[in-house]
Amino acid sequence: MDSEQILAQLTEKMPGVVHSSEIARDGMLNIHTSREQIIGLLQLLRDDAYFGFNFLTSLCAIHYPENSGQELGVIYHLHNWQQNVRIRVKIFFPIDDPHVPTATVLWPTANWMERQEYDFFGVIFTGHPDLRRILNVDDMEVFPLRKEYRIEDGTRTDKDDRFFGRDGHVGQSFD
Amino acid sequence: MQVQSYFSSLDSLDGELATLNLGPTHPATHGIFQNVLKMDGERIVSAEPTIGYIHRAFEKLAEHKPYNQVTPITDRLNYCSSPINNMGWHMTVEKLIGCELPKRAQYMRVIIMELSRIADHLVCNMVIGVDTGALTGFTYMFQERERIYDLFEEVCGSRLTTNIGRIGGLERDFSPRFHSLLKEFLKGFPARFEEFGGMLERNRIFMDRCIGAGPIAGDRAIAYGFTGPNLRAAGVDYDVRVMSPYSSYEDFDFIIPVGTQGDTYDRFMVRQEEIRQSLRIIHQAYDNLPQGDYHADVPDFYLPEKPDVYTKMEALIYHFKVVMAEVPVPVGEVYHSVEGGNGELGFYLVSDGGRQPYRLHFRRPCFIFYQAYPEMIKGSMLSDAILTMSSMNVIAGELDA
Repeated sequence: MDSEQILAQLTEKMPGVVHSSEIARDGMLNIHTSREQIIGLLQLLRDDAYFGFNFLTSLCAIHYPENSGQELGVIYHLHNWQQNVRIRVKIFFPIDDPHVPTATVLWPTANWMERQEYDFFGVIFTGHPDLRRILNVDDMEVFPLRKEYRIEDGTRTDKDDRFFGRDGHVGQSFD
Repeated sequence: MQVQSYFSSLDSLDGELATLNLGPTHPATHGIFQNVLKMDGERIVSAEPTIGYIHRAFEKLAEHKPYNQVTPITDRLNYCSSPINNMGWHMTVEKLIGCELPKRAQYMRVIIMELSRIADHLVCNMVIGVDTGALTGFTYMFQERERIYDLFEEVCGSRLTTNIGRIGGLERDFSPRFHSLLKEFLKGFPARFEEFGGMLERNRIFMDRCIGAGPIAGDRAIAYGFTGPNLRAAGVDYDVRVMSPYSSYEDFDFIIPVGTQGDTYDRFMVRQEEIRQSLRIIHQAYDNLPQGDYHADVPDFYLPEKPDVYTKMEALIYHFKVVMAEVPVPVGEVYHSVEGGNGELGFYLVSDGGRQPYRLHFRRPCFIFYQAYPEMIKGSMLSDAILTMSSMNVIAGELDA
């Protein structure tokens, strides 16, 4: 089961679900889809005898402030233990409407993983049985892993990212 | 005469359930965990864990640190086996920059990682002993862990939070004292360890206490994202070292022990056997330790020799560039996982070409499997719940990141 076969099978079994795909630097197949189709896709990948991605390895969110309308993302790592194939599924959505259907309907392990990403990025997993903060204090009002929150004093000039390979937009576009 | 039992009336409060606050600083929880338990007498009806007491925002910190400075953060994940975390992170960056290590460096890493696995499993099994009332094994085997820490100290200078190795290999070759200490350890440890095993493994009291405590079925464990010894105790032979070999694990001959019931006794026995298998791996790696360099040739990430920095211009420039992280990093994303003391420890690294990670997500096995704890202790006695927690080897550092 290689990447091309997975993509061909997906196109056959769920037309239109793969919006785009690429091979990541570590050789893993990345599939981009939409949040409307994510649970259907995950269920197909888990339950279909051909795919057999039985294990949700990890679930994490990511924030790209400059991708207007697609600022937040959730990334699922799935693993097929029978054939030892890993796959990465990504969805992106606007930060003003950070709703994603929960994956707890498929894997109970998604429960705390989703609580963690809610805690840090404010992704609201609709249908989650117990969506509360998990690592931070309950009355925290921000989602600290979003890029607008810097760890260091924003007035420092000696650590300008522009001198270190970045454009300097990271952590500064919201100032 | 009607005898009113003191305990029955107090425990169930006239038929109502009692709420018991276990933790966060209870000596029997071995860390800062809180569980609010609903108790029916001595039986647990439900549990509500609260975590995050030692949360230190590792994922945020990592976004503000150059790659080499992320290593000390990983120390503090599972601090019972820091070297595995360190090297898992190094391998993640090596995967990103496309760096292949010499065989000697890989074998040296395997020796250190298996030593830390022994230390990790030893602590867990000693503590299961303590929680069942056998303190002697703990005091006895702690000396073995100290011997392993002596070895770490010889490699990197520190014992618990090791910051061992560098991106691109190890910081230095094994010292002569390391070789003699390791030989001494390999010679003396098995007999002392078997004494510990002999005390508990077929001990009637210990077995009665552990068998059936906190069981989980294999399919349930997979659904809950279990990996590592806790999953293998439930009968599923998933091991990252075999499934996705890293650091030349494919060169070594070892077995993956599995249990059947997924209970405390199976978790204990799986760890016992894994210690023996780790010893086998160390023997194989040490006896076949290849000649060669202990680091790869990656001047962009690996610091030059110190004497060269003072005498050669190029080395000085590279030293500066490495320390200031002014090196080109490829853009891309990698996921790398290693078999940590508690299971699949994954690093998902997204690089945008900057000097720090754009995003670094840790897949922490403790965090993932601890959410099954309420289900595992439901309906059991309070004392079994304590035992279940210690046998799951929940490490607060890894749980809370």
